[in-house]
Amino acid sequence: MTDSKYFTTTKKGEIFELKAELNSDKKEKKKEAVKKVIASMTVGKDVSALFPDVVNCMQTDNLELKKLVYLYLMNYAKSQPDMAIMAVNTFVKDCEDPNPLIRALAVRTMGCIRVDKITEYLCEPLRKCLKDEDPYVRKTAAVCVAKLHDINAQLVEDQGFLDTLKDLISDSNPMVVANAVAALSEIAESHPSSNLLDLNPQSINKLLTALNECTEWGQIFILDCLANYTPKDDREAQSICERVTPRLSHANSAVVLSAVKVLMKFMEMLSKDLDYYGTLLKKLAPPLVTLLSAEPELQYVALRNINLIVQKRPEILKHEMKVFFVKYNDPIYVKLEKLDIMIRLASQANIAQVLAELKEYATEVDVDFVRKAVRAIGRCAIKVEQSAERCVSTLLDLIQTKVNYVVQEAIVVIKDIFRKYPNKYESVIATLCENLDSLDEPEARAAMIWIVGEYAERIDNADELLESFLEGFHDESTQVQLQLLTGIVKLFLKKPTETQELVQQVLSLATQDSDNPDLRDRGYIYWRLLSTDPVAAKEVVLAEKPLISEETDLIEPTLLDELICYIGTLASVYHKPPMSGPPLTTSSVQMGAVDLLGGGLDSLMGDEPEGIGGTNFVAPPTAAVPASLGAPIGSGLSDLFDLTSGVGTLSGSYVAPKAVWLPAMKAKGLEISGTFTRQVGSISMDLQLTNKALQVMTDFAIQFNRNSFGLAPAAPLQVHAPLSPNQTVEISLPLSTVGSVMKMEPLNNLQVAVKNNIDVFYFSTLYPLHILFVEDGKMDRQMFLATWKDIPNENEAQFQIRDCPLNAEAVSSKLQSSNIFTVAKRNVEGQDMLYQSLKLTNGIWVLAELRIQPGNPSCTLSLKCRAPEVSQHVYQAYETILKN
Amino acid sequence: MIGGLFIYNHKGEVLISRVYRDDIGSQAADSAVFSSSGPFLGERLGGSVRNAVDAFRVNVIHARQQVRSPVTNIARTSFFHVKRSNIWLAAVTKQNVNAAMVFEFLYKMCDVMAAYFGKISEENIKNNFVLIYELLDEILDFGYPQNSETGALKTFITQQGIKSQHQTKEEQSQITSQVTGQIGWRREGIKYRRNELFLDVLESVNLLMSPQGQVLSAHVSGRVVMKSYLSGMPECKFGMNDKIVIEKQGKGTADETSKSGKQSIAIDDCTFHQCVRLSKFDSERSISFIPPDGEFELMRYRTTKDIILPFRVIPLVREVGRTKLEVKVVIKSNFKPSLLAQKIEVRIPTPLNTSGVQVICMKGKAKYKASENAIVWKIKRMAGMKESQISAEIELLPTNDKKKWARPPISMNFEVPFAPSGLKVRYLKVFEPKLNYSDHDVIKWVRYIGRSGIYETRC
Repeated sequence: MTDSKYFTTTKKGEIFELKAELNSDKKEKKKEAVKKVIASMTVGKDVSALFPDVVNCMQTDNLELKKLVYLYLMNYAKSQPDMAIMAVNTFVKDCEDPNPLIRALAVRTMGCIRVDKITEYLCEPLRKCLKDEDPYVRKTAAVCVAKLHDINAQLVEDQGFLDTLKDLISDSNPMVVANAVAALSEIAESHPSSNLLDLNPQSINKLLTALNECTEWGQIFILDCLANYTPKDDREAQSICERVTPRLSHANSAVVLSAVKVLMKFMEMLSKDLDYYGTLLKKLAPPLVTLLSAEPELQYVALRNINLIVQKRPEILKHEMKVFFVKYNDPIYVKLEKLDIMIRLASQANIAQVLAELKEYATEVDVDFVRKAVRAIGRCAIKVEQSAERCVSTLLDLIQTKVNYVVQEAIVVIKDIFRKYPNKYESVIATLCENLDSLDEPEARAAMIWIVGEYAERIDNADELLESFLEGFHDESTQVQLQLLTGIVKLFLKKPTETQELVQQVLSLATQDSDNPDLRDRGYIYWRLLSTDPVAAKEVVLAEKPLISEETDLIEPTLLDELICYIGTLASVYHKPPMSGPPLTTSSVQMGAVDLLGGGLDSLMGDEPEGIGGTNFVAPPTAAVPASLGAPIGSGLSDLFDLTSGVGTLSGSYVAPKAVWLPAMKAKGLEISGTFTRQVGSISMDLQLTNKALQVMTDFAIQFNRNSFGLAPAAPLQVHAPLSPNQTVEISLPLSTVGSVMKMEPLNNLQVAVKNNIDVFYFSTLYPLHILFVEDGKMDRQMFLATWKDIPNENEAQFQIRDCPLNAEAVSSKLQSSNIFTVAKRNVEGQDMLYQSLKLTNGIWVLAELRIQPGNPSCTLSLKCRAPEVSQHVYQAYETILKN
Repeated sequence: MIGGLFIYNHKGEVLISRVYRDDIGSQAADSAVFSSSGPFLGERLGGSVRNAVDAFRVNVIHARQQVRSPVTNIARTSFFHVKRSNIWLAAVTKQNVNAAMVFEFLYKMCDVMAAYFGKISEENIKNNFVLIYELLDEILDFGYPQNSETGALKTFITQQGIKSQHQTKEEQSQITSQVTGQIGWRREGIKYRRNELFLDVLESVNLLMSPQGQVLSAHVSGRVVMKSYLSGMPECKFGMNDKIVIEKQGKGTADETSKSGKQSIAIDDCTFHQCVRLSKFDSERSISFIPPDGEFELMRYRTTKDIILPFRVIPLVREVGRTKLEVKVVIKSNFKPSLLAQKIEVRIPTPLNTSGVQVICMKGKAKYKASENAIVWKIKRMAGMKESQISAEIELLPTNDKKKWARPPISMNFEVPFAPSGLKVRYLKVFEPKLNYSDHDVIKWVRYIGRSGIYETRC
């Protein structure tokens, strides 16, 4: 059988010929023709014109031909929905076929034909197949429910398929159970709130029984589902763990990783004093190591996961350093990941071995790998104090090799070592200075300049060295320019007599000749500091710097915990949480997640603040960051802004206590909660910022997207001191209503961007409309009457306010405090009628009639306004005000 | 779950494409496809899906750089790929799928195809494209892997077309119960005149040694491959000299413990074919199973303790001036003199600027291979406890290149007729209660082969 001939026909008029062959009487010829069609389809030729002819071949008892036709149908039904209906009859008939293979084939294929019209016809056959006597048909039907749900979720719910699917979890056949679990898990994902899977000890027990019996793939579905369960106590957690551990010996790595996920998650519930806890820890190490002898692609997935596991529970693999040693033939992606884990596992006990390895790697060929190895040596020095000396001498050896990128990388890490162990290794500065000329990368140049400036008093020719950089000042990158500016100012403060001219020169270069606002502002600040109070300047510029922390690249604990729940999945490979659910359920979108592309994989692992200059400059508390520094960032923000128009909303909560607007998990540890207030004519946004991350947060800034009422910050976000971990600040941000206007959906939606030194975060919130009610919103009676009549009746909207047992007086005074003014009051047939007016910041008047029946807790609100779309929100404001 | 599966040839042309979900590709291409028109662009078939197909071709197959990751993300769409000779298999998804599962599935897919038509090549795939679609339909439903055991699949999907046309009802239900059943890997009613089984213990021993002869890391990764030709549904039990089992058994007689304790080995970890009852292994450490018919991999294991390193490599590299290197390498065999190692090959890397090499070796043949930048020394056979030596003079061209030569490690290949881990098969018992043959009637063969894995000595 050589089917390859079907790929080669490329002559013209082919479609016409095929048509003739498809309509041939001979079965063999028909089959040949369909094969040709499929081959054309595969390589991307358009053969949709043959639709009716192919569908005609469907009525056949030749199963092979039938399968081919189905394949064609799945591809083209969407483009020819009307003709696809022609196939329905055959499907329905096939679902009744005595052969279970054909019944399953029919239901499987029907689910793949994603045409709305067909789905209706699918319901009956599907219902039958879900209860078929043959397990093969049932397992296929289970998946089909998920397919149908993907096309028409409502239909699946209405037809009661979800309940049938739930029943299949108790099926006698393990594969049916596994597929039902997979389908339910997928459907549940799009309904996060629904309790679809309804896991309880009984259903868990059923799953654990099926786990022992089903295929390797079924085991994965079940384990992934188990991981979402929360046991009610530690005993249940332990008993589940005991039944899951045997899976660690499965030959399929995915089964192993999913079992590891369940165990890692449930372990949280076990007491550390328990004997079992220790046993479990010991059991986890060998299977993880075994994953490293799998194929390279799987090794990569395993390593990315081990990276998380090592951060969460370093004790599991602490004795297994050797298995992460890089092999010469490992693919580069495996090498880089192994290196990362080696650094995480480095400790005093194994540091000698690790260093010997790293030194070996630094002589390899792949430039990225070599750089990372050199950096790793620096990180070892910072992590294991006892090894620092050995690391420094290793780095010096590497500098002697004169390999350009090795030298540059070494200088960058030595700068960090100086920051960690001040006044200890400065003897090597001389060696570093010898390599000054060979540095061509900004980061290395900046590091070298920092070193020269910081230790200017010990370097005899520091002025000459720095001067040599000054020649090409304008060609340098910003990082280097900023560093050079700071470095020379430091030098001047240390050796004022000889360097006056140099400092003048750099200040004028930075302030007069540069377009870069960051550089200019920093230049001015230095200049003024130096000219007004040199002593203060010394205190600011030469202030003692905080030591850099040991582990700068740990994943935030909140994020880490989240990622542990995603072991084995793509999220664990990217080290980023998945974008979950439909937009309405997410209150914020982390833009960082957009860039999932290869290179940016590590961007989440908090790097040090950019450039040494930044930290150095901001460190002294007296040197508050000038607001204008934020200018370029601000403009960047608004550029980004248009991207976020799809951001979802937070369900409106009007309660006085602040609501969480941006959870820490979504913003790399920054949690923002807040509320809106209006006091004596001024609106403000009361914010509470909490740093739940490991690193200090600085450089806060805020911006709003254009919104319906032109809300905008009236002042920059003033966070005076850097926010240290676990610290909280409360800020009241005054708002104006003169910003640019764009109608939002819903009307009171506000999209906000907050920036700090780590990243930019986006969230959106709903503001209560009453913050926009102005103080001069009282209309005079005549005017009110005229306006009421003037506004057409279509614009009137009526609402019921329930459970509001207040009398007219109380209502009136309560509303007045929120700038809703009572214009007139009448009593008609025992009912109190209040006529009220209010005005929004943008001049829109809203007129209201409030009917209150004594003794009846509900009152009726009629609103009239020229812009009827605000009515709904005004009504909500009434509700909020009256009920609080 | 998996949204689509594509098979490409080395030029990036699509040989097989199967789309399970609509979400893939809708955005992937807009940002990623900058190549104006490939040979199949602009066609009507699922325009968006085409885009995904092209995105992968442009960004991975035709990428200028070496591939830096087996998972590529292009505009929020993830592509998993594996490569077999010059064929690319790519699974595409937009969801947070189980990544390990996707790769396991792709490997399995390769195994299944190989079991049906041999080597995975462009020609074979084109020749069998209908079969591949049929298999895909069966083993991946809506992106969820289903039963992928070739044993079961072959009962109703064959290269000669579908069997089921003329099956009886019993046959049909037997197929479906097998595909979905607990023992999906074996069909009932198998009969052999001679019940026979073969066990191969295949080990690869890995070593990384420092120039001073210190073992930096060493481990054995082993496999027990079984070929079974047994009638009925035989219940098997496999025993080996696993330290934990031996110690447990030896509890009663202290004498036996000390005797057998020496021969037992510590297994760091092992994994089993899905036919093995894992819960039984976890509780009793006994390995019991009903085997698939024919060949399969019963278990994999790993050991790191008391490994017998069959060879020791002692390198000596001396730089004589800037244009000459002197290399001397001694290999010593370290096993029973009565055993013979085979296919021995030592590979000594040479610098890129080598201009000429002169070699002298005591045994075997040695040659400088300029294209591979290495001296390759081959010895056909070598008995245990022997020693052999090679010396070479390498002439170098003077270069301005400042970069030092990286000195890749000296690697070795060999095959020895024993298990370097020390693993011994103690028994493999077969019980088939329904048919009248007993464990004694089964003919059993056991073979041990130790091969070099990555066996390197730095110099």
